[in-house]
Amino acid sequence: MNNNLKKINIYAIYLGAIILILPLIAFFINAFSFRWFYPQVIPKELSLQAWVRLKLIPKPGQRSFEGFIELWASNPTVIKALLNSLSIGFLVTIVSIIIALPAARVLGLLNFRFKKLIIFIMVSPTILPPIAFVLGLNINFISWGFSGNYFGVCLVHLVPIMPYVVLTMTGIFANYNPDFEHQARTLGANKTRTFLLITLPAIAPGMVVAALFAFLVSWSQYLLTFLIGAGKVMTLPLLVFSTASSGNPALTAAISIIFIFPAILILFFTSKFVSGESGATSGFGKI
Amino acid sequence: MSKLNIKNLIKSFPSMDRPAVNNVNLDIESGELVAFLGPSGCGKTTILKMITGLFQPDSGDIILDEQSLLKIPTEKRGVVMVFQNYLLFPYMNVNENVGFALKMKGVDKNIIDQKVKEMLELVKLPDIGLRKPKQLSGGQQQRVALARALISNPRILLLDEPLSNLDAHLRDEMRDLIVTIQQKLKVTTIFVTHDQEEAVLLADKIALIFDGELQNFTSPKNYYEKPKNIKAAKFFGGVNFINAKKDNHNLSTNIGTVHYKGENYTDLNEDNIITIRPENIKLSKNNDFNDNSFKGLIKSVIFSGTHTRYKIIVNDLELECSLQSVGLQDIKTDDTIYVHLPSDKIWAMNE
Repeated sequence: MNNNLKKINIYAIYLGAIILILPLIAFFINAFSFRWFYPQVIPKELSLQAWVRLKLIPKPGQRSFEGFIELWASNPTVIKALLNSLSIGFLVTIVSIIIALPAARVLGLLNFRFKKLIIFIMVSPTILPPIAFVLGLNINFISWGFSGNYFGVCLVHLVPIMPYVVLTMTGIFANYNPDFEHQARTLGANKTRTFLLITLPAIAPGMVVAALFAFLVSWSQYLLTFLIGAGKVMTLPLLVFSTASSGNPALTAAISIIFIFPAILILFFTSKFVSGESGATSGFGKI
Repeated sequence: MSKLNIKNLIKSFPSMDRPAVNNVNLDIESGELVAFLGPSGCGKTTILKMITGLFQPDSGDIILDEQSLLKIPTEKRGVVMVFQNYLLFPYMNVNENVGFALKMKGVDKNIIDQKVKEMLELVKLPDIGLRKPKQLSGGQQQRVALARALISNPRILLLDEPLSNLDAHLRDEMRDLIVTIQQKLKVTTIFVTHDQEEAVLLADKIALIFDGELQNFTSPKNYYEKPKNIKAAKFFGGVNFINAKKDNHNLSTNIGTVHYKGENYTDLNEDNIITIRPENIKLSKNNDFNDNSFKGLIKSVIFSGTHTRYKIIVNDLELECSLQSVGLQDIKTDDTIYVHLPSDKIWAMNE
């Protein structure tokens, strides 16, 4: 690659980063301002009123340690939604990886009849619009008693998540040599220790990437939660949408910050697995 | 120090139309260095994997020191395999790799450190303990893999194509190292190879396997001098084959009656085949031999440096003869020559 092209690429990366970061800056200002309207370049008055309304910061005069404890103990909707989103995210991530691990191993290591068909069926939820399958699924879920509860929401989140997790993990096993496991066995390691000492370190980087996909897909899920949860299971995306439609920009900005912050945090801590080679090509490397 | 008996071993795979291993019987004595020799896909590695427990045989038994291995899980068999591509664990350094088997046994860490040091000295790599496998050359990886396999005093050591991934000069070095270590530790060792030269140089005994069937299991010397069948003889470079019939303690062929001294005369069928190594045939311009001497015509003379190879037509039959150095003087194509097949050097075998 010549130098000019390299320069252009670097500028393109900066431009992309700025396009992504600018709205976030506007968000932050909005969340801490009072009535910031069009002609003003910066808000006239900074304020915590949005956070007070979300019941995350006590009213002026009550901002003591006890005040915070008392307010948060009153179980505000935002915290409930945040905890729901987090726990559903973690749960479906773990379940999806446990299901995907054997499936990905078979798809990555073996060749068999109808393998392409099976992969196509597994990937199909990413092509189909969710509304197309969730309405049909909802009828079944109602009759099975999965509608309007936490369990049903977890279950339906697995539908869009599984393709990402299985495909990512299949990638790991395409570059995986099961002889390593057998080598460990002949050296005296039982099945459990072989998995923990040999298999797990080899697939861990890819598994982190798969888990990241799983969590983020679940985290941003609106439609499926809305329809299967039937409004009874409140998660952050539902709260963001309902707040946004109420037309208070400061409130919407504040809740959006709560919505994106955990995602950014998780991305930050897993970025070294996603970037470069390590994520896509874990396994035992070239032998 | 363990002896291994393989009894009527059979293994099939759905993807193959013949059994991968077909009724193999082998008795390997304690401390022996045995080669499984055969072309790729002949089933030799499959037998190895059944000994380690990766595959279960369809039928038959594998017995180590009078005890069947089939019901014992891989990690408790005391059978260690060194794979063709070494398979050093990439997330561990050399010390951790070599000490792996002892760690699995729950041996005290100080003792492990001590043993690891000893093993690395044994394979002549004392100072690389802290390196990662990626930082080692192919030959070094092979030696570390050997040290890792030997640290727990295995009852059987299995080596899958131990020399095939190495450069030619490293191959000789590694071969010597394997023999030295094997003789020092006296561990019963089986190695798999497709290279008959490698097998002859290393092994006490060679099991020759074609298409999943054991052809012969004997010393390297016997493969050259007393092959069991024509396939085995050909695999070891045999070229001269003459159809023969039993004839009153002699063998009659279409080049004439051959006087035979081989001890297997009574075991021979009526129809059999005579073979003789090219280097054992003697040539003479005048008929100097009184026994097993036949008149022939020189077809070609090829000088190859250390040897001269002659192709000779005797009664429509082509024989190949190899003489040391420049061979006989003044012999050229189309000359008449007398071919002598020494009766103690010819070998007859059933078809």
